[in-house]
Amino acid sequence: MTERPSTPTSGTTTEPPPEPPATATTPAAGTERVPAPGAAESGAVTGPGPVPVSETGEAGAVTGHLPAPAAAAGPAGRAPVLSVRELSVRFLLPGGRRIAAVTDAHFDVAPGECLALIGESGCGKSVLASALLGLLPANAQTAGSAHLGDLDLLTAGERTLARTVRGRRIGLIPQSPAAHLTPVRTIRSQMEETVAQLTGERNRSTLRTAAEQAAGRAGFPLDHLDRHPHELSGGLAQRAATALALIGDAPLLLADEPTTGLDRDLVDRTVDELRRHVDADRALLIITHDLAAAERVADRVAVMYAGRIVEITGADAFFGAPGPRHPYSRGLLEALPDRSFTPIPGLPPELGSLPDGCAFAPRCDRATGICATLPPLTDSVACHHPAPARTPEDLRA
Amino acid sequence: MLELHAITAGYDRRAPVVRDANLTVAPGEAVGLLGPSGCGKSTLARVAALLHRPDSGRVVLDGTPVHRYRHRAPRARRTAIGVVFQQPRLSADPRLRLADLIAEPLRATGRRASAPARVAELADTVGLTPDLLTRRPHEVSDGQLQRACVARALVLRPRWLICDEMTAMLDASTTAALVRVVEDYRTATGAGLLAVGHDQTLIDRWCDRTVHWDTVTPAAAKTPA
Ligand code: SF4
Repeated sequence: MTERPSTPTSGTTTEPPPEPPATATTPAAGTERVPAPGAAESGAVTGPGPVPVSETGEAGAVTGHLPAPAAAAGPAGRAPVLSVRELSVRFLLPGGRRIAAVTDAHFDVAPGECLALIGESGCGKSVLASALLGLLPANAQTAGSAHLGDLDLLTAGERTLARTVRGRRIGLIPQSPAAHLTPVRTIRSQMEETVAQLTGERNRSTLRTAAEQAAGRAGFPLDHLDRHPHELSGGLAQRAATALALIGDAPLLLADEPTTGLDRDLVDRTVDELRRHVDADRALLIITHDLAAAERVADRVAVMYAGRIVEITGADAFFGAPGPRHPYSRGLLEALPDRSFTPIPGLPPELGSLPDGCAFAPRCDRATGICATLPPLTDSVACHHPAPARTPEDLRA
Repeated sequence: MLELHAITAGYDRRAPVVRDANLTVAPGEAVGLLGPSGCGKSTLARVAALLHRPDSGRVVLDGTPVHRYRHRAPRARRTAIGVVFQQPRLSADPRLRLADLIAEPLRATGRRASAPARVAELADTVGLTPDLLTRRPHEVSDGQLQRACVARALVLRPRWLICDEMTAMLDASTTAALVRVVEDYRTATGAGLLAVGHDQTLIDRWCDRTVHWDTVTPAAAKTPA
């Protein structure tokens, strides 16, 4: 594998962060979504078809990418809260192997907007979230940029991220609230501590009031504040974690699989609550494999496959009559039990040995010869033969 | 038949999570058990899989009452039931390569010799490539590991399958793929299925018959959330 010049135009490769994140090996980084070297996220495999394995792997981006600003920009036309440009993440493995976990991600999230990043486990979506939070393991290299205001999250040091970003400018709603809450302490004491940390406030009654307000904003019942995490139902634990995430009044909320393992009612309630915070003018990036949850909460949808965003479009168009245009997105949607319930054949490719061209080609029924070259992301979709949208003018992109 | 009569079960006798549950699955039938998070349906599934001894009530498997559970259950009964859980990472020995994970029940029942052929056949069925079979759980994705766990559940050709939230962690395509694997197996063998879940759309599409938790445990007016 060569250096990663997959972006011929912007050719700069961010060196490994000058100060490796101190948290890289702590449990914070070790929730099961964040891979250790070669772990789950990287574990996708070569599909059954003939996938050309090249030494340069994804670096052989022949056509490069043509980011489509229209598709990437928020619909409201306001300055984005988060602006991600050609973000790539590589994991370096012993033996010189490189895992292309994320390649050239390009999108914005505006205030009052929810972008849902969807895809199957191992597609790179959780690695992307970890990159934004500075929680990648030490063997990761990043390239590109991710601007939160004028701060580039990819080059900011761990001190900055820990002191001014996580919890303050980005509220993290975790996948597993149970793991995020401290088991031996009541919800009230955890909330008060978080308020104290973020505001420097020491006055007990002020802390108490602030904690109760935070609980109220997340719909957490005040009469449960003195309980311990194990005394809460899954839904209330999720609300407690959401309340903690909201305390810092962060303009950007990042939710990583917030509904896994919840029943449908609870999923609906959880995403409806998240939506309320979006409607209160926050930006929300939600990472999920739950398409029903995405449909319920999102304004726009970005579909990730083998580390790349292959389609980014309005949620109404995606889930509605026009439908998605990328063959993978269509396959994913068609697999739903209330649609045709038909799986996409094959498996996703190995992120360590991606083909030069379209990574979906071995599984794609529209593939032709040209698909051996990388399809650029144009007009909201990265595909040489996208399905026609039935009513293109409805596409918000 | 797989019969559960008046089952009360849990982890603390004073506070059972399942009270007086009744449920029957006919041979070849697919029954979906639907209930909210934390209602106790997974505990009932473990009782049905002979993995958890109920505090009271009767389990009758193919006409014979069950008296012993877990490792004490006679081998012929344990091997009649294949089980798949929600979280593959909690149910897979992290030290085993996927091939050994799938073959585990064969080895445990002294059928080691048949393992290579059977594992290859099942890997193909569940869509795992040979390359993946040499990896350990931390080197594969959740979806790939769950494929291996489904293969493991089928390896002894069980007459009954218990799938407890089998697809809750999976994307739509992997969900559809694994449900198809289970259904193809049932079509070929006539095995019965108890699928426990919380997604009504999925359970309705998958199963012949859907039962709701509150009709299975009518006596339990209130269950801990
Ligand atoms: S048509 Fe070609 S470019 Fe589009 S998804 Fe299929 S293989 Fe990829």
